[in-house]
Amino acid sequence: MTGIDVLMAAFGALALASGLLAVTSRRVVHAALWLVVSLGAIAGLYLLLGAEVIALVQLLVYVGAVVVLVLFALMLTRAPTGPSGDLDSPRPVKVLAGVVGAATTVLLGAALLAADPGLVERRPARGEALPLGEVLFASWVLPFELVSVLLLAALVAAVAVSRGREAA
Amino acid sequence: MHLTVPALVAAGLAGIGLYGVLARRNAVMVLVGAELLLNAGVLLLVLTDLGGSDPLLSGQVGALFAITVAAAEIGLALAVVLLLFRATGSSDLRTPRSLGETARQDSASGGEVR
Repeated sequence: MTGIDVLMAAFGALALASGLLAVTSRRVVHAALWLVVSLGAIAGLYLLLGAEVIALVQLLVYVGAVVVLVLFALMLTRAPTGPSGDLDSPRPVKVLAGVVGAATTVLLGAALLAADPGLVERRPARGEALPLGEVLFASWVLPFELVSVLLLAALVAAVAVSRGREAA
Repeated sequence: MHLTVPALVAAGLAGIGLYGVLARRNAVMVLVGAELLLNAGVLLLVLTDLGGSDPLLSGQVGALFAITVAAAEIGLALAVVLLLFRATGSSDLRTPRSLGETARQDSASGGEVR
């Protein structure tokens, strides 16, 4: 167990614990903030793995934009700021959801452990901006452009959906 | 380094995200669970690249595209949640309601939405 492995275990435990708190918290704003902690811990994991660009994109896009959107949506839907009992489904549904979630984790974990490559060389040069940028704008430029069009379509659609029928 | 820990973290996040999507009633909280599920997938994509030797860095590029699509998806999903709230006054997913065009015309003219 090298230092990197210990740090990865620490960040991983933080990501899992805060993720669990995010989906079980009784206050909506606390849930959104626990999501911030979880996404930040995952960004730390990316950094430890050597994927620097992905770590920064995770912080900028997920923590910086997605969580802010979630908070705005909570504000605009007049979400309760105190503890609320109306956030969860009834108990039988929660138990079933817990069973399904646990089964998914066990299945996925077993499959991933069976495919474990063992000791892997840490190659931060693979995750740096230069090699990723070179390959993104040379080999992957067409999917990149398509994703840009997708983003534009999503933006226009979000505006169209929120304006409703008065603008038609 | 060993890739076991991040792989198990991804599996755990997938389970937690799935629980969040199934067990939560508030629409925005369901999306929080969906985001955790997507993060598990992106983490797995990054792991495949760092454990292998693909010259095209497919795993990391795929992760970038997946993050982008996730951002677009949650923008649109929250617009729909806002529409839901404005049409019916509640963001609770368990109350029976209809969002179709006829239902919205009914509620606009003061009729009952059932």
